[in-house]
This record gives sequence, structure tokens and C-alpha cells, in this order.
Amino acid sequence: MIVADKKPIEEIVEEVKDCDNILILGCNECVTVCEAGGKKEVGILASALRMYFLNQGKDMKIDERTLERQCDQEYLDEIRDIADQYDAIVSLACGVGVQFTAEQYHSIPIYPGVNTCFLGATEERGLWTERCQACGQCVLARTGGICPVSRCAKRLLNGPCGGSSNGMCEISKELACGWQLIVNRLEALDKMDDYEKIFPIKDWSTDRAGGPRKVVREDVQI
Amino acid sequence: MNVKTPSKLEKILKAGHLAVTSECGPPRGSDPEAIKKKAELIKDHVDGINITDNQTSVTRMCSLASCIHLRLMGLEPILQMVTRDRNRIALQSDILGAASFDIHNMLCLSGDHQSFGDCKQGQNVHDIDSMQLIQTVRYMRDEGKFLGGDDIKRPPNMFVGAAANPFADPFEIRVPRLAKKIAAGVEFIQTQCIYNLDKFEEWMRLARERGLTEKVFILAGMTPMKSAGMAKYMKNRVPGMDVPDELVKRLAGVPKEKQAQEGIDICVEAIQRLKEMEGVKGFHIMAIEWEEKVPEIVERTGLYPRPKI
Ligand code: SF4
Ligand code: SF4
Repeated sequence: MIVADKKPIEEIVEEVKDCDNILILGCNECVTVCEAGGKKEVGILASALRMYFLNQGKDMKIDERTLERQCDQEYLDEIRDIADQYDAIVSLACGVGVQFTAEQYHSIPIYPGVNTCFLGATEERGLWTERCQACGQCVLARTGGICPVSRCAKRLLNGPCGGSSNGMCEISKELACGWQLIVNRLEALDKMDDYEKIFPIKDWSTDRAGGPRKVVREDVQI
Repeated sequence: MNVKTPSKLEKILKAGHLAVTSECGPPRGSDPEAIKKKAELIKDHVDGINITDNQTSVTRMCSLASCIHLRLMGLEPILQMVTRDRNRIALQSDILGAASFDIHNMLCLSGDHQSFGDCKQGQNVHDIDSMQLIQTVRYMRDEGKFLGGDDIKRPPNMFVGAAANPFADPFEIRVPRLAKKIAAGVEFIQTQCIYNLDKFEEWMRLARERGLTEKVFILAGMTPMKSAGMAKYMKNRVPGMDVPDELVKRLAGVPKEKQAQEGIDICVEAIQRLKEMEGVKGFHIMAIEWEEKVPEIVERTGLYPRPKI
């Protein structure tokens, strides 16, 4: 899923302080799972903002709404009738949802209420970690199912570097070395011979480097 | 003697001499004298001088310009290049730039992560890795082609090196990793600083068993300790460094003002022992900001005078 984290409330206050009427818009997908932008967090942020502006002596109307998905026009249409009445919308969806909402509601300011962080998973309650950087040309088949692009701090395809120490990455004693994990997996799979195959220079044109990307699937187009 | 490049280092190694290289870190400023002075201190005692490439990710004068200064002094620079800061366009372009000044040695590295340096908020590039940089420069040299496939007019003619760290983890892949670098085309290796000689010996034994020491010239990395404090710092703070407790104790056991000399003695003793080790083809003496000590180390270990080639 896409993992996001809360933005400091001061940052949100700064964006909306001149408004009289705002909508906090949550999303029921990834940001709900990572507890940054679901219905619950919409409620918490709305209460905190109400409290803040009340203390400032400002009467601000703050509405709450959470859509099934903000990256889908069908669900975004659900606020078509009410969107116009707001001076601004604070979207707690990931960056995709924020942008999609902005595209649908062209004349209303949309502010992001979360920082979109990475593609990852919940390791334990309150701990999310990265697993993929969407490089567009997945190499997991060759690396024991562990991603060197997202889990090695230098995205080495022929790691580990000389800084790997006791299973940890040179940049932090709290971060597992992705290449140690790869080697562990190759050993468990009895595929250590694969380790010595040199990974060729990667085509990064399917990555961020190639410019904004697109997937076109004629087979599913109507 | 099948010499492939005009590199003096290559000739010395292939003539069967123990080679001696050292390194100089460029200044944090634009004064060319800083790098020239360091080189002057060691030039008669070494066969080649590595110029580090923004080591520990701290911004400095570039390695290429520093190498050019050395080349213009008639010396033998070894251009260090990290893949952290440059993509394949810039790397190939810098290789050609170096070759245009007849710089004949290069060391391919991935580089320390930028979080160690003075630009912690910067991007890193890592378009290719050190293994692929070895392949790139060999391809440019041997095939006379750019990665994109076009012909290079006057291809670069470099003797190609890389680093190896026998002390990093996991230990079991450190020899396979060396084999991989050899398969990629590396011709000489400069190792991480060696303090744990037993572990290094074990790594060398495994490398010999696979016949790797016949395929690549391994120069043992040596860095004299200036003090017990430095030893402790290297032990605890520098990733991938293996400093045994006995060494820290030995340094701490002598008065502060004598620790530097003790550090030199330890380094000299280590070189004496490693000189006898099968497969060690030379020494890479990294006296960090202590270049003036290199001549003493080289002389005391019987590695002076350097062969004239
Ligand atoms: S290789 Fe690419 S697509 Fe596959 S997990 Fe890693 S970043 Fe994602
Ligand atoms: S220590 Fe491991 S994860 Fe960190 S940069 Fe080196 S190889 Fe990559």
C-alpha cells in the first residue's frame, strides 16, 4: 500500500487560516490502513483544528467526509454537490488522491493533510516500512524476493557494499541491510550460485528517470 | 608480461614487484598547492597516488582535477570514482576527460552514503553500481565503445581497480563478491584498512582456494593509527571496519605522546607479516592527513627504493 504520515498541524493551520469554511476529506484505502488519513484521522484533525481556531477567537466551519477512494472519479463525484460551498479542502489521501481531487475540483484550493512516504507494509501496529519504489521493471525474481532498489540505501544491484555490518546498513544501526536480507534468502533457497551472476546495468527509463509514466492496457479498455 | 595499458602501476605489478600506492584527499577549497604539497611528500616512495572522490560524502575539490594536477607534475594518479554522485553520462564523460590527460588508473567505488557528509539532504544517483562501473570502463577500453554502443575516438586506456572489504558482513559472500568483481573485469584491488590480520588471512586463504589471487592483484590496505582515540573511533563509528581490542589496548597502553609512533610501529609490523602472505601483491597505504609518515613506513618495511620502470 501507499504509506503516508500525518503532517504537523501547524503546517495545515498555515494553509487554511484565512478560510471560513473547510472540508477535511479522508480516504478509505491505504491511508486508513496506515492510520494517517481515514475516517478516524479526519475526525481527530477536524477536532484539533476546531479547538485551535476557537482559541484564536475565529469561527471556522469544519466539515468531515471520508470517501471510499480519492483516486477514483466515481467516488470523488460524491462531493460534487457540496464541494462549491468550501473555501478549501484538506485532503488526507496520498499525493495521488490529493491531485485527483484537485483535478476534479479545479477552482477549489486543495491542501495535502499528510506526507506521502512510500510503498510499504505494516510490520507491526505503528510501524510501516518501505518495500518498493515502483521502478517499473521488477527484479525480485533474481534477488530472492527482496528488493535491492528500495531496501538498499544505494539501490545497488550487485551488493552488498563494504559498509554492511552485523546485518545492518552503513547509514543506521537500526536499518537492516537489504543485501544481507537478499543473501539470507538466497541461502535459504539454496541459490547462492545466483549471487555471482553479475546484474547488468539497469534500464531506469521505466523508473522516475523516464518522466511521468503511464500504463496503457488495450485489452481492458472499453 | 602481458601489459594492457600505459599504467606504471600495471607494469610494476606485472613485473612481479610488490607495489606501493598511497592516497591524498583533495582540499576543501580551490588551492591547487594543497594537493600538490601532499603529493610531494610521498611521490618518491609510491608507484601511484589515489585521489579520493568526495570521501565520506564531504564536498571537496574534485578527484579528476586533483588527478590532473598530479599528472602535470609527472606523477601517476589513480582516479577514484564513486557512483553516488554521477549518472552514466557523467561517469563516461569524466573517464574520457581523465584519459585525455593520460590518467591511466581508476578505482571504481559505490561511495559512502551521502548521510555521512555535509549534504545530508542531497539526492544520490546510483544509476550504476561499482560492479557495473568496472564493466563500463572495461567496455570503453576494450571494445572502444560507449555504453550506448557508439564508437569512441581514442578510447580511454585505464588500468581498472576496485575496493574490497574483507571485514564487512556477511563474511561468506566477501570472496564470492571478489570473484564477481574479477568477472566484471577488475584488474587490481585495494582492500579496506586491515587491522584484524587473522581475518584477512582467512579471506586471502579462501580467495587463493578459488584461484582468485592469480587473477587479480591484491594490494593490502594499511592505515596507521594516530592515537588510541582514533582506534576507538574507527572501531565503533566507521562502518565495515574491524579493529581488534588488542590493538586498541596496545595503543592505550603507551603514553599519549608516544601513541602515534606506536601506531606507525603496528602498521610496519603488519606490513612485514603481510609481505609474506601468498597472494598479497602490494600495499595501499592510506595515511589520512598524515602523508608525511608514508616514507618512513615504506622505508622501514624494505619497500624502498621503488622500482624504476
Ligand atoms: S524491483 Fe522495482 S518493482 Fe520490484 S519491488 Fe523493487 S522497486 Fe518495486
Ligand atoms: S549496507 Fe547494505 S543496504 Fe546499506 S548501502 Fe550497503 S549494501 Fe545497501
